[in-house]
Amino acid sequence: MQTPPQDTGTSPRKGRTGRKGAQAQPSKAFWVALAAPGIIWLTLLFIVPFYAVLAIAEGQLNRLFESPIAVYNPLHWSSANLFNVWHDLFGASSFAGPIALRTLVYVAAASILSLLIAYPTAYFVSRFAGRRKGLFLVLLIAPFWISYMMRMLAWIDLLQTTGYVNKILVDLHVVGQPVNWLGGHSYTVILGLVYGYIPYLILVLYAGLDRIDPSLIEAGRDLGLGRVRTFLRVTLPLSRQPILTGMLITVLPMVGDYFTNQLLSGAPQTSMIGNLIQGQLGTPGLEGQGAVLSLLLLVVLLIPMIYYVLATNRAAKEAA
Amino acid sequence: MTTASAAPTAASPAQAEARPPAATSRPWRNPWRHAWFLEGFTWLYLLWSLAPIAIAVLFSFNKGKSQASYQGLSLRWYTTDKLQSVLHNPTLHHAVIQTLWLSFLTTLIAVPLGVAFALGINRWRSRTSSTFNYVMILSFVVPELIFGVAMFFVFTTLFSSIVQLGTWAEVLGLVTWNVSWPAIIVQARLVTIGKQYEEASADLGCTQLQTMRRVLLPLLTPAIFASVILVFSSVIDDFVIVDLLSSTSLTQPMSVIIYSTQHGGNGGPALNALATIMLVMSFVVAGAGYLGYRWMTRGERIDGKQAIATIAGV
Repeated sequence: MQTPPQDTGTSPRKGRTGRKGAQAQPSKAFWVALAAPGIIWLTLLFIVPFYAVLAIAEGQLNRLFESPIAVYNPLHWSSANLFNVWHDLFGASSFAGPIALRTLVYVAAASILSLLIAYPTAYFVSRFAGRRKGLFLVLLIAPFWISYMMRMLAWIDLLQTTGYVNKILVDLHVVGQPVNWLGGHSYTVILGLVYGYIPYLILVLYAGLDRIDPSLIEAGRDLGLGRVRTFLRVTLPLSRQPILTGMLITVLPMVGDYFTNQLLSGAPQTSMIGNLIQGQLGTPGLEGQGAVLSLLLLVVLLIPMIYYVLATNRAAKEAA
Repeated sequence: MTTASAAPTAASPAQAEARPPAATSRPWRNPWRHAWFLEGFTWLYLLWSLAPIAIAVLFSFNKGKSQASYQGLSLRWYTTDKLQSVLHNPTLHHAVIQTLWLSFLTTLIAVPLGVAFALGINRWRSRTSSTFNYVMILSFVVPELIFGVAMFFVFTTLFSSIVQLGTWAEVLGLVTWNVSWPAIIVQARLVTIGKQYEEASADLGCTQLQTMRRVLLPLLTPAIFASVILVFSSVIDDFVIVDLLSSTSLTQPMSVIIYSTQHGGNGGPALNALATIMLVMSFVVAGAGYLGYRWMTRGERIDGKQAIATIAGV
């Protein structure tokens, strides 16, 4: 998105500068003035806050109030918090290590399950929905307009021991006794994560699959490939990019999720890294470690984030 | 040798004859048939995705206290219950107002800020502008928890003498989180508009301010309108930032009240009623957004599907 418009954009402007040289300088100042409030805002409320987290993570502890002291000068940084967190994560009696591992397993399971559900749905709507595409699109987008809390509340209602899910399962003799779905089970949390984040994945996949030129698929058919082989040789390779970006857009918020498992299980045996960080905020003495943990998470996620930014930039460039 | 050469010639007419009947007797060989399995799968997904919501809405009209079994229709949890209904319970009642107030303030600040940023960045073109464009996109993809933690720390330490946790901290956090909507949508629209109109207007003697007011802003109206809809509705549905940056229950909007009450085990159909009010708000905003966007782009080749996608931020 950045570079090519820059090339095409500067050349006409240069032409104009040749004609009306006087206007060129105030013109730039005008755009700078427009961008300035946003730049100042992002500096003060996006860049500075992250530096503050770093200063707290590398800062010290006020022993009297157990409150963190931010140290803004990198020369005076201490690694006490980092050392504590490292010990919690990888030490002999670590408690954060299993939580991090569990987060990884939950997120991996939930995102693979999401892909298995999302891909066929997006594929159907983009290729076969025909004149009903608008209807399907509205139904697929509807979850975007329904708050996450409402969507979790709906499942809490259904999954209670006296809820409809248990009623149906008992009536059908699938289970003898009502199951306590909300009593701290990993599968409930994983299904909750799938339910929560799958709409994003479906829409990214739909947008990507919808862009595939149908004539490529027809060409595959005309050259004698069957349905399955056309899919494997033409559609699937062309959907690699949407699959990657779609997975990223679901994985990134899933890693930072702390509310899904709180609502659907609430038990410590299903807590994720998000719960650990959120629990350390406002807890005297532990805030510095919370800062370290969230920065570590950021570092781990930085590579996928940068990949996502570059991929969307490239897509925008191709579209322009 | 003779048999080998004879075999294909004998086989090919047989194959040619066999093909049409095979296509009719075995419909799965027809590559253009309707994808019934995929369609069934899609409907099952939609049922799984939307039926629970419908049931939750139904429970908000429940006569009894249960969120699990339906006992008849009433408005008890909206208005008639003197203690626990959304109308009479001060916490729930206040949460509705807080949500609307946060959405209003955030939209009011984030949209002008983002539109001006998009215009400036897109036309200024320098190292600084492209760096901050990347910063803006980064603010779009950073996980909300990590961003919320940074905001929490900055309002409890560095900025604590200016702004403390509460409504204004929430607004500042929400604006930063949502400013990328107008910034991204307006930049995309600027690319499709191109530079001809501006140049024509400059050649006809307009100053930059006049060009902005008479040419660029009218052309950008649909994009600005779409960002208003997106920012307003994403603030209604936001949870993490408001959860981390709210202080007392007076500054908690609907999503946080639903989470903390349900999590504490004190849920009840009144929460379903609150969630349904949230749902209706979002759908009203979405509906108004769709109609407004269609009306604003009526002269352009934009169909309903594109309008829906733009309003949903896809």
